[in-house]
Amino acid sequence: MAPILDIQNLYKNYGSVEILKDINVSIEPGEFLVLVGPSGCGKSTLLNCIAGLEEISGGAIHIAGKDMTDVSPKDRNIAMVFQSYALYPTMTVAKNITFGMKVRGVDQATQDAKLAEVAAQLQIEQLLNRKPGQLSGGQRQRVAMGRALVRDPALFLFDEPLSNLDAKLRVEMRSEIKKLHQRLNASMVYVTHDQIEAMTLATKIVVMKGGVIQQIGTPAEIYNRPANTFVADFMGSPPMNLIPAEARANGTGSVLRIDRDGMEPIELHVPQNGLTGEVIMGVRPEDIAEVGFRAGEAVQTGACLVDMVEPAGADTYVLTRLGGRQVTARLHAETSAQHGEVLDLAFDLEKASFFSPQTGARIS
Amino acid sequence: MTETSFVQPRDRSAGSLALRIALRWGLYTILVLFAIYYLLPFFVMVTTSLKSLDEIRTGSLVALPREVTFDAWKTAWSGACSGIKCEGLQPYFWNSMLMAVPSVMLSTLIGALNGYVFAQWNFRGANLFFAFLLFGCFIPFQVVLLPMAKMLGLMHLSGTIPGLILVHTVYGLGFTTLFFRNYYVTIPHELVRAAKVDGAGFFRIFWSIFLPLSLPIITVTVIWQFTQIWNDFLFGVSFSQAGSQPVTVALNNIVNSTTGVKEYNVDMAAAIIAALPTLFVYVVAGKYFIRGLTAGSVKG
Repeated sequence: MAPILDIQNLYKNYGSVEILKDINVSIEPGEFLVLVGPSGCGKSTLLNCIAGLEEISGGAIHIAGKDMTDVSPKDRNIAMVFQSYALYPTMTVAKNITFGMKVRGVDQATQDAKLAEVAAQLQIEQLLNRKPGQLSGGQRQRVAMGRALVRDPALFLFDEPLSNLDAKLRVEMRSEIKKLHQRLNASMVYVTHDQIEAMTLATKIVVMKGGVIQQIGTPAEIYNRPANTFVADFMGSPPMNLIPAEARANGTGSVLRIDRDGMEPIELHVPQNGLTGEVIMGVRPEDIAEVGFRAGEAVQTGACLVDMVEPAGADTYVLTRLGGRQVTARLHAETSAQHGEVLDLAFDLEKASFFSPQTGARIS
Repeated sequence: MTETSFVQPRDRSAGSLALRIALRWGLYTILVLFAIYYLLPFFVMVTTSLKSLDEIRTGSLVALPREVTFDAWKTAWSGACSGIKCEGLQPYFWNSMLMAVPSVMLSTLIGALNGYVFAQWNFRGANLFFAFLLFGCFIPFQVVLLPMAKMLGLMHLSGTIPGLILVHTVYGLGFTTLFFRNYYVTIPHELVRAAKVDGAGFFRIFWSIFLPLSLPIITVTVIWQFTQIWNDFLFGVSFSQAGSQPVTVALNNIVNSTTGVKEYNVDMAAAIIAALPTLFVYVVAGKYFIRGLTAGSVKG
């Protein structure tokens, strides 16, 4: 099937400042694409370019097989949900939702039918005669979604739609958006700075930094095989531990020698071969556990001094230092670890990532 | 936070209560004195206009009229002489209406459109353009009299009410644009973006989304413009002729045409009549004026 959205070699400049550099992304119908990155990485600008609200400086955008590069937003067959919801303040909820149809000259009967359908879908029937000012944050969010849904577009665009909600509501709305996506099987592009939102919602994630795409992949690919240290550090909470180490070949695998403050360096054997010289080893906190809770060929044990213990309910995080960096281990909640004691930690290095200390790019 | 922080410290307030009352009374006394000071001229005008000429000559300036008579008002409205004609303020009052109402509407509407463009549709050179418009607010109007007279002549509008409407509309645009622009700047840009995605164009967005939001600032602009245009003397005296003079010019002529005795009561009544419409607009819409001026700063 042809991609529903295809962006080729897109550039965006403001004067001499390059905001987006050589963006290439395409998604298939029914995919949920999440653009994620720190603020100022250009993800919202990219979304506005897709919507046609920003002109692009180079490249092409195809939506549903048509070249939309120079087409105005209203003719791109898209709907957009904004961060501030952007509800029309003087119109009732019903008028907000039907405004687009009214502008396009859809007849009244169709408008009413569509409105009723969407209102039922989002459970906002009882709000239809209210003004946006009389709604709570979550209700406004629903109305903004309704305004997008009623259009039945080829592509939905979301610009950080949950960032104005409180933590509890955000989780609720997140799963509602996911349900909606599954029910409608619609194609969506979603911008967020929250990597948990990105992981939970996406079928495909684009990680951006400084206007450049760092990695495109499924949530599992991004999480397990980050393309560079930036992605490794940005995705995951707490982030991946990045530990400087000295590598040398050993049989079919490699040996990593990691410096420790005030203790002998620790040596870990990893199955990955071909590692030599200085590397940065990336290990997820959940791949470091107490001895006895992990088994497997790639599990290595090392004694580490516990700097701090942070109980977080379901898990307990233990902080130690390796190679001059703070390292987080995710232990089970009932751990007896105490700060100041030396604890034997098991490193599951099957999924360890290795990066070049110079470029930050993935080696293995 | 403990509960004690919500309890008023009692003895301190008891000690300062007397002082606070004294200060409050002092404040009110000063305010009342100022109010009297400002209202006194108006009081003299009203009382004088209700007196007969004899009473004015014999009585005190600030005394209440012994015998209330509306003769002076009647004369001022329909009989006072300016130059050779003796038809009172009436025809000129309507001239002013014919001039002020369309100019206020036009300059407000165009100012709203201008402000909408400056606040929400950035274009190349917008800042420079806006700076020029603002400059228009501060030009002393004496400077433009001759060029404007020439322009009106070229357009065959010299000495007509449409000519005055044009002049007032053009020179009102600086302020009306400024008002609307500053108001619309507080409206988030995402609203325009959402409407664009919804398929609305430039005028549709203005008409359906921005104008309905604008009641406070429309009120401010209308009051401001109506006061300016109604009270204008310079343009009125420069660009009108015998039949098209606004009420301000007619008032001046009436007060300055003396035929023997100076009729202070008629002059006072005429002045009040000339000022009534602006007074009326302010009383009716004044609270929106204050609200509108501060609307931008409190909008969440």
